[in-house]
Order: sequence, then C-alpha cells, then structure tokens
Amino acid sequence: MTPVPPARHVLRAKDLADARYREPLDVPTLARAAHLSPAHFSREFRRKFGETPHRYLLMRRLERAAALLRNTDRSVADICLTVGLSSVGSFTTSFGRAFGLSPTAYRAAHPPAAKRARVPTCVLLAQARPQTAVLEKTTGAGAASVADGTDDTGGRRC
Amino acid sequence: MLKSLTTVQVWVHDQDEALAFYTEKLGLELRDDVTVPEMGNFRWLTVGVPGQEDVAITLMAIPGPPVFDEDTRRKITDLMATGASGGLFFATDDVQGTYEELRKRGVEFQQEPTEQPYGVDAGFRDPSGNSMRMAQLT
Repeated sequence: MTPVPPARHVLRAKDLADARYREPLDVPTLARAAHLSPAHFSREFRRKFGETPHRYLLMRRLERAAALLRNTDRSVADICLTVGLSSVGSFTTSFGRAFGLSPTAYRAAHPPAAKRARVPTCVLLAQARPQTAVLEKTTGAGAASVADGTDDTGGRRC
Repeated sequence: MLKSLTTVQVWVHDQDEALAFYTEKLGLELRDDVTVPEMGNFRWLTVGVPGQEDVAITLMAIPGPPVFDEDTRRKITDLMATGASGGLFFATDDVQGTYEELRKRGVEFQQEPTEQPYGVDAGFRDPSGNSMRMAQLT
C-alpha cells in the first residue's frame, strides 16, 4: 500500500484548527495531530500554508468572530469566548489589526443582524400577532368573540 | 454541442485505500475496476452515487513516466496531500444525520454542519486529502 504523503498529516492539523477552533486548541495539540514535534510542525505548516499554525488558528477564530458580529446580536465578550479566545482585550487588539476596525465598529459597519436573519414565515405569523388579551382589555366584553375566533394555534404550528 | 458530464476525476495516493473509503465509508458504489497489463497495469477505477447512474468518479493513481516525469508526479502528490488539487461536492437530504453517520465511520471533517444562505453544508476529506463537501440545499 502506498503510504500517505507527509503533507497529508500537516493538512490534518489544519483541518483540526478549522473544525475545533472553538476549543482551547494550541500548537502542541495541532502538532500531535500531524505526528510531528511542535517546532518541526510549525516549520512544515508554514512551508505548506504560508503562515504559522498559531497565526492560522488565530485568523480562523477572527474570521468566525467577524461572522458572528455580522449575523448575531451577541456581545463582543461572548463572541470572543465562543471562538475559543479567552482574553477580550487581546481579541479586540487582534481583531483591529486584522480588520482595521474594532469589533463594535465592524458590527456597526454592517446591516443589523436582525435584518439578515431568515426567520421562517410561520414564526413571524405567530410572533407578530397582537395579543388577544390586550384586545379584550381595550375593547371590553364585545371583543370576546373576536378573541375566541383567533384563539387557535394554527400560526404557531411549524 | 456537449451533451452531459459523465465522469469527474480525483487523484488518490492509493487506489485500494480510496476504494475502501469511497465505498465503505461514504457509501458510494463501485462502477468500474479494470487493470490493463499492456498499459503498465493502468487501473481504471470508478465509483458513483447510488441512483445517479450517469455520473462516475474516477479514483486516479498519480502516474509516473511515461505519462508524468518524476518531478511532476511529486508535485501533484504534494498538491493532493496539501488539499489543493480540487474536490467533490455532494448533495444530501439530511446533512446532520449524514454527518453523524460518516463521523461514526471515521471520516475526518474539517467543517461540521453549518447554516448557509443556500442551506446547510459540511466539509470533510478523503484519505488522500481531497476536499469533499455535502450540502442540504433549501
């Protein structure tokens, strides 16, 4: 059987960074996935992919953080932890270097996440309905039949 | 006028290992396996998605001389193992279920199922390093 080419093992470590960037991964862990010593691994990785594994992992995390800033309304600190970074201070610094904007400014430069969210129509139909209780209070007993008539969960069944 | 696409090719470092992966782990079916002695034991090996009879994937060993000189073969081998020699895109009706099933069988994922504007997709690799993706399109 032809053995797997050595580069395949370095690629496996890169895949690991892409798949598990949320976890407290570090270079020694990535090196183990490639079956190489950390120093040798860093050299090989850089030769193959043009940057150190440490930087590659950081850039993956920042790229994911940018997506969360665009697509969610979660806080910067929360997003920092979500992408596997533990210090909000160094996250903000690295993010600024990579994107030229602070995380908050980056978010502000994009359309609000709520506008981009693809909320299913059935949810909108159910959630945007006026509350029948409010209707009853403001219009009195006369509105009871209206309330009864709309008191089905059809819109919420999805 | 071209009529249809029938065959796509991926380089593999070992045809036996590739065949086992594509059939036993991905669940594709063997289509052709023919070795031609008069062509230096060239092995035409193809697999396909069950039910999609008209498209096959050729699992191609990287040839040396006289097809490619040693330097070219080495470069292709290197690109393949670096994940830089192309890949395949599959469709599925259930990304999550397929992801779990394939992971159980030992398939290496580099991207777990992720929501995209066009659906949900996930990425994995074959043993040679080729990029594979599957998408559940909306």
